[in-house]
Amino acid sequence: MATESSYYVPEQSRLPIFATIGLFLIAFGAANWINGGSSYVFFTGALTLATVLWFWFAAVIKENMAGLNSEQLKRSYVWGMGWFIFSEVMFFAAFFGALYYIRNFSVPWLAGEGENGISNMLWEGFENTWPLYVTPDAAAHGDTAKFIGPKDVIDPWHLPLWNTLILLTSSVTVHFAHVFLKKGERGKFNAWLGITVILGAVFLYLQAKEYYEAYQHLGLTLESGIYGTTFFMLTGFHGAHVTLGTIMLLIMLLRSVIAQHFKPNDHFGFEAASWYWHFVDVVWVGLFIFVYVLGA
Amino acid sequence: MAHGPQAGLKRWLYTTNHKDIGTLYLWFSFAMFFLGGCMALVIRAELFEPGLQIVQPEFFNQMTTMHGLIMVFGAVMPAFVGLANWMIPMMIGAPDMALPRMNNWSFWILPFGFAMLASTLFMEGGAPNFGWTFYAPLSTEYAPPSVTFFIFSVHILGASSIMGAINIIATILNMRAPGMTLMKMPLFVWTWLITAYLLIAVMPVLAGVVTMMLMDIHFGTSFFSAAGGGDPVLFQHVFWFFGHPEVYIMILPAFGIISAIIPTFARKPLFGYSSMVYATAAIAFLSLIVWAHHMFTVGMPIAGELFFMYATMLISVPTGVKIFNWVSTMFRGSMTFETPMLFAIAFIILFAIGGFSGLMLAIAPADFQYHDTYFVVAHFHYVLVPGAIFSITAAVYYWLPKWTGNMYNETMGKVHFWLAFIGLNLTFFPMHFVGLAGMPRRIPDYALQFADFNQMASIGAFLFGAAQVVFLFNVVRTVMGGKKATEQVWDNPQGLEWTVPSPAPYHTFSTPPVVR
Repeated sequence: MATESSYYVPEQSRLPIFATIGLFLIAFGAANWINGGSSYVFFTGALTLATVLWFWFAAVIKENMAGLNSEQLKRSYVWGMGWFIFSEVMFFAAFFGALYYIRNFSVPWLAGEGENGISNMLWEGFENTWPLYVTPDAAAHGDTAKFIGPKDVIDPWHLPLWNTLILLTSSVTVHFAHVFLKKGERGKFNAWLGITVILGAVFLYLQAKEYYEAYQHLGLTLESGIYGTTFFMLTGFHGAHVTLGTIMLLIMLLRSVIAQHFKPNDHFGFEAASWYWHFVDVVWVGLFIFVYVLGA
Repeated sequence: MAHGPQAGLKRWLYTTNHKDIGTLYLWFSFAMFFLGGCMALVIRAELFEPGLQIVQPEFFNQMTTMHGLIMVFGAVMPAFVGLANWMIPMMIGAPDMALPRMNNWSFWILPFGFAMLASTLFMEGGAPNFGWTFYAPLSTEYAPPSVTFFIFSVHILGASSIMGAINIIATILNMRAPGMTLMKMPLFVWTWLITAYLLIAVMPVLAGVVTMMLMDIHFGTSFFSAAGGGDPVLFQHVFWFFGHPEVYIMILPAFGIISAIIPTFARKPLFGYSSMVYATAAIAFLSLIVWAHHMFTVGMPIAGELFFMYATMLISVPTGVKIFNWVSTMFRGSMTFETPMLFAIAFIILFAIGGFSGLMLAIAPADFQYHDTYFVVAHFHYVLVPGAIFSITAAVYYWLPKWTGNMYNETMGKVHFWLAFIGLNLTFFPMHFVGLAGMPRRIPDYALQFADFNQMASIGAFLFGAAQVVFLFNVVRTVMGGKKATEQVWDNPQGLEWTVPSPAPYHTFSTPPVVR
């Protein structure tokens, strides 16, 4: 906590207000789009925010290369990234918590078990099974039901197992990249980081294939009751995070290959991206266990 | 960075200065306080008499909803963040916040987010009308179309809160002057450190729950629909997992403010500093495991009722420690009663009343009687108005001379205090009685026998509103000019902020002070 004598406080900046405008257009545009309006506002916002973030990161990188960043300022970025990842952990915790509640409380109650089992009289014939092939709606109303359960669910020991191996491997390869970066061997760093990015892309491809399979052949969709809901929301948000993480790592790779960024002792941009990558990896392990293996 | 601010609007749009951003937060919060306050007055005007006279029930529901949302997310939280921005760097001897550009971003999201939220009032089907707690399925299956805009505005307001909290944690953990060890930090800094942790822990959960709503409304999922195997009660669990820590987010910084003001005007060091720190941490921990006490009547298993009842009651132990410490600080002190001190003392007494009614509500079997009555309204307004609002007001009077270099008008301050004090008790105390007698909340009409107490409450509410106009006038006058304040302002107050000139220079502590 010792304070160095010069903490770099940036001059006034136009970046945040434009980032705000971008974020606002995204939020307003998304709401408008979903409510049946046009999608232009949303995409204008997304483009604005992406552009601002480009310039924002460029400014931070330039400041760091100009030597304006003290050790203390760099620690601020480290703290910032660490707590950001914690906030992401809590976001996933909400959805894992929902899954826990549904499997242990709401579905058994709907099926007539326990103190709240009286609600079963509304859904006669509904039984507590997981995967939930027959929703309460389908049990009580047959074919007229709004929520029809899936015919089958994803087998954890095929695609998801491969995806687990791929992501776990990618955590190791990104670690190797880090090791070689610290040794100053740029060629090997680029190679290992490149492998990591490819693994991320392969993971996403397989995940897309799995979704296609679920929608086309299994009747497993967002609308197929609570099993499909939890399955797609958990794996979907994870997939979105893998996409973001892959983009982050790809940008780090391009920075290294094209602009020769990162020094053996100064590379927090890469390190932050790799932390994020390890985080999505850990979430996947949770998904594999609780959604795929225990859910099949 | 040696020079001062630019002139004009650009200064405020592009600023990276913690004092500028703190000022923006505080003025924004003040504006929202008046907007949310006007909505409260619409509610109280309608409830002045039984029957419907001024507004339609649909609009009444929109008013209760928007009043709650605006006061929680627009008035109280930004005010505390504004105070944190102004005071934390000065209190720990830092040149600025750790991440100054992100700081600007956190602020400017707010006006845009609230513009979006307020715009729902003019949309087809009206503004959100399902209460600030937006329980499903009222907020999903039966919601007006504007709920989508509500959801996305909650998303960006949450992003603003998370960024603000990350910034505050990074500042406190990384930017302290040499010698400023953790256990030497002023309690305002401590309480904000713990508050920021809570914010980062629960705002993502709020984002999660509104996302579930969005998916249920528009994309066919069944989180909150029993037909698909979900459960509307799931909404309440996830919401209150955010919602209960949220109420501590709105009170912990207040504890820090009171812990700064009481010692100054009692002219004694704070009694039991370290126990204050531990009590704050204990409250924060407990706040994460008591959420379902908001849901005693929803039909939880008996084990759940008991667990959440006892865990909730446990909170009164660390809270009691705090009240005890404040009273002990005042005990045999050389007390004077300037405006900040008046608000601080009123805080202790009235917050304790709110705490006691909270204890009553925590008793699960008794809560079946109180649930969704005006007793609950009385309870949480007693902790939020004399709790959060009074502490913010006290903080403004306490530090305004440091911010502006001018003393506020003491007479006007005292007029503000007494009007507000009488007004709020007149508003909220009778609500205990009508609540215990069975008057339900969120209904624009009521049975005849509740009329007298409701009329008192409405008169009190307008009195309280008038008091805030006095406050606004006093603040504006102080900003414009007035008697010059000294560096210390008060009689030997403790803390680094009192070692810099008044008004505090645009950049303080460019070189860190040494803390003994």
